[in-house]
Amino acid sequence: MTNATPLLSVRDLHVSFKTNDGIVKAVDGVSFDVANGQTMGIVGESGSGKSVMVSAIMRLNFGTDVIVSGQILLNGIDLLALPESEMRQVRGRDIAMIFQDPLSALNPFYTVGYQIAEAYLVHHPKTPKAQVEAIVLNALDKVGIPDARKRIKSYPHEFSGGMRQRIVIAMALINKPKLLIADEPTTALDVTVQAQILELIDSLREENNSAVMLITHDLGVVAETIQQVMVMYAGRTAEYAAVQDLFDTPSHPYTQGLLRAVRSFDQSTRGSLVSISGTPPSLINLPEACAFRPRCSHEKGPLSACATQRPELRTIGASQSACHLSADEVSRVQREAFSK
Amino acid sequence: MLIFIARRLLFALALLFAVSAFTYVIFAALPSDPAALTCGKNCRPEVIAMNRVRLGYDKPIVVQYGQYLKGIVKGRTYGASEGVHCPAPSLGYSFRKHQCVTDLITRSLPVTASVALGAFVLWMLIGIGLGTMAALKRGRWPDRLATGFSVVGISLPTFFVGLLAIMVFVIWTGLLPFPRYEGITSNPAKWFMSLILPWFTLAIVSASSYVRLTRNGILEVMNEEFVRLGLAKGLRRRTLIVKYVMRAALLPIVTIAGLDFAALLGGAVITESVFNLPGMGKLSIMAVNDSDLPILVATTLVAAVFIVIANAFVDILYGFLDPRVRSY
Ligand SMILES: Nc1ncnc2c1ncn2[C@@H]1O[C@H](COP(=O)(O)OP(=O)(O)OP(=O)(O)O)[C@@H](O)[C@H]1O
Ligand SMILES: [Mg+2]
Repeated sequence: MTNATPLLSVRDLHVSFKTNDGIVKAVDGVSFDVANGQTMGIVGESGSGKSVMVSAIMRLNFGTDVIVSGQILLNGIDLLALPESEMRQVRGRDIAMIFQDPLSALNPFYTVGYQIAEAYLVHHPKTPKAQVEAIVLNALDKVGIPDARKRIKSYPHEFSGGMRQRIVIAMALINKPKLLIADEPTTALDVTVQAQILELIDSLREENNSAVMLITHDLGVVAETIQQVMVMYAGRTAEYAAVQDLFDTPSHPYTQGLLRAVRSFDQSTRGSLVSISGTPPSLINLPEACAFRPRCSHEKGPLSACATQRPELRTIGASQSACHLSADEVSRVQREAFSK
Repeated sequence: MLIFIARRLLFALALLFAVSAFTYVIFAALPSDPAALTCGKNCRPEVIAMNRVRLGYDKPIVVQYGQYLKGIVKGRTYGASEGVHCPAPSLGYSFRKHQCVTDLITRSLPVTASVALGAFVLWMLIGIGLGTMAALKRGRWPDRLATGFSVVGISLPTFFVGLLAIMVFVIWTGLLPFPRYEGITSNPAKWFMSLILPWFTLAIVSASSYVRLTRNGILEVMNEEFVRLGLAKGLRRRTLIVKYVMRAALLPIVTIAGLDFAALLGGAVITESVFNLPGMGKLSIMAVNDSDLPILVATTLVAAVFIVIANAFVDILYGFLDPRVRSY
């Protein structure tokens, strides 16, 4: 990365779950950096480990059945090494999170005003009541909740999904966190509301100069707001690149497949949606091989190395890509299918 | 909220009428002749016929029910000339016991209430306490202990636990005197001593299902997104457990607990029999053995009334506890 000291630096992160069927390696050696003010995108199919990974950054996977290893450096401090009492200070103050489903993310038993105030008060105890109320009202104003003074006394179920997501955003940003993690913040919402919410997140990011990690299924929608993209597959990084490079010269066959899907969707008057055939592998007992091999549609057919070696992330063209194909071969495919 | 409460209470009142009518009709439909039961075995038919008229059993059922209701409101004289008067609220007259049913019930109810209240407090403490402990230490030994307790408690019949308790604490170790019920007003210490074993017996048996309910409820709520968001806000784990998890997890338990308690007020039949407590359960059992219909109608009715009241109470409480219910 260009920045000398990135805000967040994740190194070789592993997250596994002990289950009755065996050990699920949900995140399996992922590294990346997020710079101040930057928006990083994370894409990948359902089950590729995106949510588990960002939960690990905030250390939300508690319990005895979870094993987390690696380093998560926030301004150089390893969050995984912090005692719980200090980690608690990081949550909600330095890093905040927006969840996928706004309908279930708010506590149904307390008014929204109370819950937003609570988020502020945890990190600013003993703030006078009037001041907290002003801060809450201001936050609701910013995310575009009309008539905030009246609405703070309402309960979550009295709001629409889009409004609830705005409330969750207001809550997440109330302490001006350095990093905002948004886990598919628009998936559960109407298409018309989706763009508004993404715009809102981006404008607030700019205002607070915070960094954003945006998890999404839909590459096309976020292309304008993000700088770096990480494509995840089966708990690992398949490809990691600047967004423009990823769009112009995708290196990994998986990314190429995803982009074909997006493009044919754009020209939906002609083609039908091309999605990648096959399903992601089970994350239990993954063999020492390329996890994408069974679905790889590269015309030369998977190489022999694909069956015996896990491809390491390496520089191919403008990307970091975890693929055994040679750089020449990759650029040939790129020229044919993706040159403009 | 006021409208909600008023509506709920009105509904409860209507339900009470329906329940009382239903109870009355069911017992009236029994094949046994209530008039024949008014005197002993060697009753002459003339006496039966006379009693039938005197007690109104010859009238249509609707009229009988009307008289019964009137008796509740105004009191009633059973028999014609030298008949017995039971003041309001009169729930009938037992010819077997030669007593007003209301008197029998006002004597039995405090006993049952004493048993029920103590047992209820104990079983809530044990059930919710163990259940919470099990959920918070899931998979470790406190969980195993609590789950084991729950399995054992559910599979043991009440009379077995009761008899075992008497064996151990009264007969073998002599720690407690043989339970002989004593009114709380006459001798509070004896009252307490006589109820310890019944309380624990009932509590252990009933707490088992609450251990499970609480444990599963808490574990379920812990996976809710709003709990994760609470954690992500930086809330303390303790705050989170109390304010977010327990609040949501215990809500459904309130409902079940309210109804269970009400059912208990109708008489803990087995426990009262085992420990020889003269409560509603005992009264009902004796009435069944004697085919004493007026008592049976009354105890059934009283039990039903408790359930209806508890239902209304729980619903209203729910309105206070859950904002989502309130707005209906
Ligand atoms: N507590 C858990 N125990 C066992 N396995 C888990 C647990 N949580 C997640 N997993 C597994 O980890 C994998 C990654 O899940 P994750 O929720 O991160 O996927 P995702 O990329 O966020 O998918 P989606 O797009 O559907 O949100 C899945 O295979 C899931 O089954
Ligand atoms: Mg997810």
